[in-house]
Amino acid sequence: MTESGMADAIYDLVEQTGRDLYIKALKDIPADVREALASGLEAEKRDGNRTAEQVMFTILENIRTADRLDMLVCQDTGTPVFKVRIGSRLRIDVARLEAALRRSCERATREHPLRSNSVHPLTRKHTGTNTGEGIPIVKLQFVPDSDGLEIQMAPKGSGSENMSFLKMLNPAEGIQGIKRFVLECIFESGAQPCPPMIVGIGLGGTSDLAMNLAKEASTFRKVGSSNPDQEVAALERELLDKVNRTGLGPQGLGGATTALAVNIEWAHTHITQNPVAVNIQCWRGERAAATISAEGKVTFHG
Amino acid sequence: MADHLLETPLTEAAVRQLRLEDTVRINGAIFGIRDATQIRIFDEGVEPPADLRGAVCLHTAPGVRKLPGGRYEKISIGTTTSTRMDRFVPGLLERYGVRAIVGKGGLLQGSIDAMQRLGGVYLAIVGGAAALETLQIEEIEQVWWEDLMPECLWKFRVRDFGPLIVAIDSRGQSLYQQVQRQVAERIQGLG
Repeated sequence: MTESGMADAIYDLVEQTGRDLYIKALKDIPADVREALASGLEAEKRDGNRTAEQVMFTILENIRTADRLDMLVCQDTGTPVFKVRIGSRLRIDVARLEAALRRSCERATREHPLRSNSVHPLTRKHTGTNTGEGIPIVKLQFVPDSDGLEIQMAPKGSGSENMSFLKMLNPAEGIQGIKRFVLECIFESGAQPCPPMIVGIGLGGTSDLAMNLAKEASTFRKVGSSNPDQEVAALERELLDKVNRTGLGPQGLGGATTALAVNIEWAHTHITQNPVAVNIQCWRGERAAATISAEGKVTFHG
Repeated sequence: MADHLLETPLTEAAVRQLRLEDTVRINGAIFGIRDATQIRIFDEGVEPPADLRGAVCLHTAPGVRKLPGGRYEKISIGTTTSTRMDRFVPGLLERYGVRAIVGKGGLLQGSIDAMQRLGGVYLAIVGGAAALETLQIEEIEQVWWEDLMPECLWKFRVRDFGPLIVAIDSRGQSLYQQVQRQVAERIQGLG
């Protein structure tokens, strides 16, 4: 393929791949999430909590049904969020890439079809396409010494997204303040974000960066993964244990399985600041990813 | 914790026998309602075009495909968070005779009181389990107010719809409140 031929073909590939990822994320629950849900069912059985067991069983039965009949797992087709990792050696027009991802959402919505959720914030008028001003959200990352392109996609569900919190704590409130705030957020969220949930926490940065980190932690991190920073990973483990000891349980009806994971992402912050952001992901933990090689080969992975 | 199979429309007696954490399955017809549907009824004062006496109302905005001839095919029908629509619940029970709300996330004190006074229940479905829910809805029987798509007033024919968990009964009990009280206590010791 000529260089200009490849240059044009990549945007078609991005469009097709983005469309396929949107639909896949809504149908095929990631393996790490399935595993954590299955452990949750076992935990509720051990505790003899009939209601919680019933809820966990229904969740897993629903995932199997969606697999078997090629159906959407949940009716909420979410807000489309893309995270694109671009190799530094790749010659790509980022504006065209964004336009291709927008078309991918419009196509998925029309061709499947998917329910559209995108409305104007004041008039509440529907766009009908699951796109609109600022939507889809496209986050770009640049990878040194690479010529690959990776697209991660999450159709972020709204029941959990409505449970988003930010607090600019004082530095003097320290780690204790962070822990207390996270537990307060769990209490406030209650049954609404469809627990068992994935709790995403953003520490440090500025207000906007903290929220971004929380979204990365709730939506793009795998369940069962740990932050590479030892102290942060220890806080993840401690908070997961505490969140599950609240007893909120599956669907907020009581039980041992309140969270599948507590993931923390962090950045340095100003000496006078202690920002903590919390973003919740529901049990569906929806996400899908694919890489497009320099030769134009598309590979889908978890 | 008993298991019940109920036929719609529901009677007051059928609803008042239900206890917290009982499981319920429903046969018959249920109505789909969401924010915009109830804003039209209660804020804009438009009478609902269907008889809701003894009705089971599901908090939903389904994903559908319109077929030639005007009928709708179901794509994905699931449940949305009820607390957003809490303020409409007492009116549904008092003015229109609704007996059960099916949703996720629970309802607030005003609705709990109304359910006790008028004979109503809140049945928790497993939020996000839309594949099962869609299969249990046999067909979309009728649609009113299509201009509100997808937040129209829907009538679905259902078979073995559930399992639903009685999370607010007609004796003023809420499983959500019981759990939240426990969570609040435990957080004191954990924070």
